[in-house]
Amino acid sequence: MNIPKNLFYTKDHEWARVEGKAAYIGITDYAQSSLGDITFVGLPKEKEAVKQSEYCATVESVKAASDVYAPFSGTVISLNNELVTHPELVNQSPYEKGYFFVISLGDEVEKKNLMDADTYQRYVEGLNGGSVK
Amino acid sequence: MQLIFEKHKQGRRGFCFPGPDVPLAKPLAAKYCRSKDTHIASLSELDVVRHYTNLSRLNFSVDTNFYPLGSCTMKYNPKFTERIAAFEGFSNLHPLLPQLAGGGMLAQGSLEVLYETEKFLSEITGMSAFTMQPLAGAHGELTGVMLIAAYHKNNGSRRKYVIVPDSSHGTNPASAAIAGYQVIVIPTGKDGYMDLEQYKKHLNNDVAAVMLTCPDTLGIFNPHIKEIADMAHQVGALMYYDGANLNALLGKARPGDLGFDVVHINLHKTFGTPHGGGGPGAGPVGVSEALVDFLPIPRVVRRSDATYALEYHRHKSIGYIAPFYGNFGVILKAYAYMLCLGKDGLIEAAELAVLNANYCQVMLKDHYDLAFEKNCMHECVFSAARQAKNGVHAIDIAKYLIDKGYHPPTVYFPLIVKEALMIEPTETESKETIDAFIEVMIEIAGLAKDDPIRVKQAPLHMPIKRLDETKAAREPNLRWKP
Repeated sequence: MNIPKNLFYTKDHEWARVEGKAAYIGITDYAQSSLGDITFVGLPKEKEAVKQSEYCATVESVKAASDVYAPFSGTVISLNNELVTHPELVNQSPYEKGYFFVISLGDEVEKKNLMDADTYQRYVEGLNGGSVK
Repeated sequence: MQLIFEKHKQGRRGFCFPGPDVPLAKPLAAKYCRSKDTHIASLSELDVVRHYTNLSRLNFSVDTNFYPLGSCTMKYNPKFTERIAAFEGFSNLHPLLPQLAGGGMLAQGSLEVLYETEKFLSEITGMSAFTMQPLAGAHGELTGVMLIAAYHKNNGSRRKYVIVPDSSHGTNPASAAIAGYQVIVIPTGKDGYMDLEQYKKHLNNDVAAVMLTCPDTLGIFNPHIKEIADMAHQVGALMYYDGANLNALLGKARPGDLGFDVVHINLHKTFGTPHGGGGPGAGPVGVSEALVDFLPIPRVVRRSDATYALEYHRHKSIGYIAPFYGNFGVILKAYAYMLCLGKDGLIEAAELAVLNANYCQVMLKDHYDLAFEKNCMHECVFSAARQAKNGVHAIDIAKYLIDKGYHPPTVYFPLIVKEALMIEPTETESKETIDAFIEVMIEIAGLAKDDPIRVKQAPLHMPIKRLDETKAAREPNLRWKP
């Protein structure tokens, strides 16, 4: 299970990578492997406001359709439109080519509601009732 | 297998028209004529008969095989109800007849069926009245939430939220959202029940309703129902009962007594009417006394001279939610089923449904991980997590079962159980059938240890082998093109 050190994580298995005043947002390796082959990603619109912990996108796999919740509040500044035609990028590269969108960051205080890599690792292990592969 | 279009032979005919015996009309103007070929296949009658007969032999149904699809209740429907629904007095009746002057007197039998079915369902569920209109379970849910909205509006209260547990049917949050509410999802606690602390945290005067499936989608009866209902009522919220799993409770517990205010029932699941193929279904909705005025129109009433009539003048009603009076043929079959089984028969059906599911659970629990260590109700939920460690996932187990002549159980639902396998044998199956199924499930558990590749290759004996489901979803090919 790949859990990069420099990211912020949610209990719902989203990640955020903060770069200056912007944040890249996607779903974790654990999320993509639990969902299985992803067949569709529904992205928000540019300039749309998203709120921390609230619905911001949809992801569908052969098993299920799931809501994606925003790790941070902010405004959507750009989308990863590659996912529209190549949703499999989320499976292949959840933290790089499979990111969902970029937002301009609102309140950085919201970081306190998120997990760092070590805490997220322990959280995922707890869900599995054992060690993460 | 070839499509019928691929069997096309230019010039082959099933029927030849004789020449005209009247003068030919002028040909149609070009603008009315088709400009492209229709590509309708040219075949002989025998070609067509063989094609469709052979296709029909590939059908899988409850009438051919065991179908333990959890949450869907694919039980056998006794055939006598079909005969009754086909009686000319019912099947040739025009649905407008009771609305014409004097027409109601010519439709007394059908009106009585609607009235009596409503009375039966009210008694079974402990509710005050029912509408028979909704055309399916999810339609019933939407109707139920609309009734809840009408109730709050009538009380001058504007509420924003509907609470659902994460083990609810996916249609619950969807129905609430379509009726205009925001949905709050409460997680399941470690004990398999809705997390009461989280529930208390989210419950307030802005909550319109709490929607529960009972028994829930884990096949478990929540012992805290009364407590949950009391807390909801304290803040003025209503309790909604998703009756999809009522088949486990018939004659044992009544939603009305448990504190529910609105109930929908899937007649096709609990009362033996056909299921699947997209309908027609029936999702009658029952309400407590406080919501009766809001029920859809028309209502069937019994007059003092013991005749039946339709009543339209109900100013608080939410109006029509379907044409006429619902899927009458389905309601009629459910009515016949209830009359045939009687009170004792319905109770026994529920007991056998629960017994059969618990039998499966006990026989399989050493071979698969149980989602929660509890006696189940009408369905049991396993996780294939143990098998998945060897690369055999729930989907592989499902495919292997197809090879063995079984419809797979529900897989990957409920979402809160990893690698979920949800088995609902129903009351209509014999011990021999269930034993044979259990034997195959144990065989698969053995193969998952010793020869996982064998399971992953399945199905090997079907006309179509393992499908590429991902490609089918990403690049759907929905239409034959020449």
